[in-house]
Amino acid sequence: MKEERDELLKEFTPEQVAKLDEIIERYKSKPGSLIPVLEEAQMVLEYLPVSVQKRIANGLNLPFSRVFGVVTFYSFFTMTPRGRHTIRVCLGTACYVRGGKAIAEMLEKTLGVKEGQTTVDRRFTYETVRCLGACGLGPVVVIDNDVHGRMKPAKLKETLNNYQ
Amino acid sequence: MALVTVTIDDIKVEVESGTTVYEAAKKAGINIPTLCAWFEGGHTPGQCRVCVAEVEGQRNLVASCVFPVADGMKIHTKSERVRKARRLVVELLLADHPQECTYCVRNGICELQRVAEQVGVKEVRFSRTEFPEEGMIDRSSPSVVRDGRKCIGCMRCVTVCENVQTVSVLTPAWRGSEMRVVPAFDLPLAETNCVACGQCILACPVGALYEKDDVEKVWEALEDPTKHVVVQEAPAIRAALGEEFGLPPGTLVTGKMIAALRRLGFDKVFDTNFTADLTIVEEGNELVKRVKEGGKLPMITSCSPGWIKFCEHFYPDLLDHLSTCKSPQQMFGALAKTYYAEFAGIDPANIVVVSIMPCTAKKFEAQRPEMKDSGFRDVDFVLTTRELARMIREAGIDFTNLPDEEPDAPMGEYTGAGTIFGATGGVMEAALRSAYYIITGKIMPSLDIMPVRGLEGVKEASLDIPPIGRVKVAVAHGLGNARKLMDLIREGKADYTFIEVMCCPGGCVGGGGEPIPTTMETRAKRAGALYVDDSQVQKIRQSHENPSVIKLYKNFLHEPLGHKSHKLLHTHYTPRGTNIPHREN
Repeated sequence: MKEERDELLKEFTPEQVAKLDEIIERYKSKPGSLIPVLEEAQMVLEYLPVSVQKRIANGLNLPFSRVFGVVTFYSFFTMTPRGRHTIRVCLGTACYVRGGKAIAEMLEKTLGVKEGQTTVDRRFTYETVRCLGACGLGPVVVIDNDVHGRMKPAKLKETLNNYQ
Repeated sequence: MALVTVTIDDIKVEVESGTTVYEAAKKAGINIPTLCAWFEGGHTPGQCRVCVAEVEGQRNLVASCVFPVADGMKIHTKSERVRKARRLVVELLLADHPQECTYCVRNGICELQRVAEQVGVKEVRFSRTEFPEEGMIDRSSPSVVRDGRKCIGCMRCVTVCENVQTVSVLTPAWRGSEMRVVPAFDLPLAETNCVACGQCILACPVGALYEKDDVEKVWEALEDPTKHVVVQEAPAIRAALGEEFGLPPGTLVTGKMIAALRRLGFDKVFDTNFTADLTIVEEGNELVKRVKEGGKLPMITSCSPGWIKFCEHFYPDLLDHLSTCKSPQQMFGALAKTYYAEFAGIDPANIVVVSIMPCTAKKFEAQRPEMKDSGFRDVDFVLTTRELARMIREAGIDFTNLPDEEPDAPMGEYTGAGTIFGATGGVMEAALRSAYYIITGKIMPSLDIMPVRGLEGVKEASLDIPPIGRVKVAVAHGLGNARKLMDLIREGKADYTFIEVMCCPGGCVGGGGEPIPTTMETRAKRAGALYVDDSQVQKIRQSHENPSVIKLYKNFLHEPLGHKSHKLLHTHYTPRGTNIPHREN
């Protein structure tokens, strides 16, 4: 247990670890509580590295493999720190033919990251999606919860400036 | 359950409601192909889609292995739509599968090959995926190789690892086309709780899981004129090796096995059954000592290396319940390079010990750091039953027409008690025969202890041993069953004196190195062959009466649990815990 705690404290504050333990404690006796625990843990810790998954597995008396399987299955969960803002570029058919690809390339160049990665300053996490159901607005870029339609490479920098 | 009538391909059958389309078709004499289903393990995820069938009134095809029938249902299993769909499914699987069949370890016993043939695939219309080996083949374990490129995602290995063995190393991770079956955190197998039992290999329909192949190293040793190569064969080999050469399961091939090994070029063909008898003498005396002197009870057997590793990971607090006896394989290795070296006047540095085992965990056991009490690596190479069969085929030996031959002295003679080590309950039965004698000085009223035989998960028996009184024992096979007994011990609720645990379902005859297929039925048949060996072939049925074992004590070890025994035949265990990543020292 001590070894496990030390591993956690490399990445998180004692307060965060205490909160994680509180979440585990609260769900401990309820079967089928892995997903809510992971969800709440990610709210507190922002991401779920191996040390956190082990803590949760041991706390809920589940094999590590089960926790890892669930964390990697759901795109909501992440094992690496995320940026303050999430950018999603649509590469569905409509957006793609209307210039989505160029937007994606421009973003990768500007941010210096590839799909699924986070910028070093943890400002942005960059992802692509296949169709957001807003084809009429294509090409579409979604930053956090804001939809930016008819995006052009030239407009990108200005848009990003609104997200610090 | 209510009976319902369904029509399958114009054949009317009556089945219980809730029966799957697959089972109902079987009753109508139709074998629907499947890939992911493993019925014996209760594993029907319905995800490979090979078993699709057409149900009138249903818009989509259904997965017959999970779709339940209803009264009056009309089902088609060979319509054009069904046949085309099945072919398409298999073609898609093949497009995503390396075309290495001719040199794949599962060539000829691959379920994907068989199903492709059954559904009539003649071509693959899709471009093939590229298969970089980088990061997809895990050779870290000394026992089990994982080839992620060949995985078809049936999840049988996950089910056997989680539900049968309760080790839960493997899991599906990621999703969609990126889904892979991996250990937690995508760690190499060697750094996980994997106990190396190899049950995943038996469950795998294709060549995605297989034993670490050590055949070449053995050929090399056999070719080396400076090496004196001796071989030992576990009890379970003689009850299964014949299957590799077309003989029915349950054929006892002891004599042919010995003859084949001699023809392969081994200098001496000994027998692990000899050290199985020795194990009984040591372990029986250890048990009697623990009972008389108030040692840790229940004492638990220690012959099964997968079980030992499981205990080290999951019950490190209970390791002192384990007998300190090494397994027969390791006793053999330690004696081959001391006792036999002395006997034959050969420098032990030039002796190579090869084991033929039904077991992948034995490969791990042989390279445990402490297993070098002879002053050398006690056991050099471990081959599974399947690897031995490959060597015999490669050498062109006509196995089924071989004459029966006898093993060599001084480490080849064995009793009926030694041979039943290969079946669940066998070690218990053999140990009780000798323990009874050690305590009472008399032979047991009946040497057949029926309650410890058979395939029930946890077996119990009790018998009167005067003057100790009633002795209660238990037997578990498969780690899920072992866990039940271990939890009882942890809770202080186990009133047993002695427990036998075998890692694999059925005991060693169901080991991860045995011929494929290994089912509950083949396990039972192989065990049956060993009981025939015990009761009809062997004249002596009690380990302590083995003349070669008696000679070994007289000339070399001097006494059970004595100084030399302690040095060569007993061992200690490593508390490992479950907090992987675990690095071996």
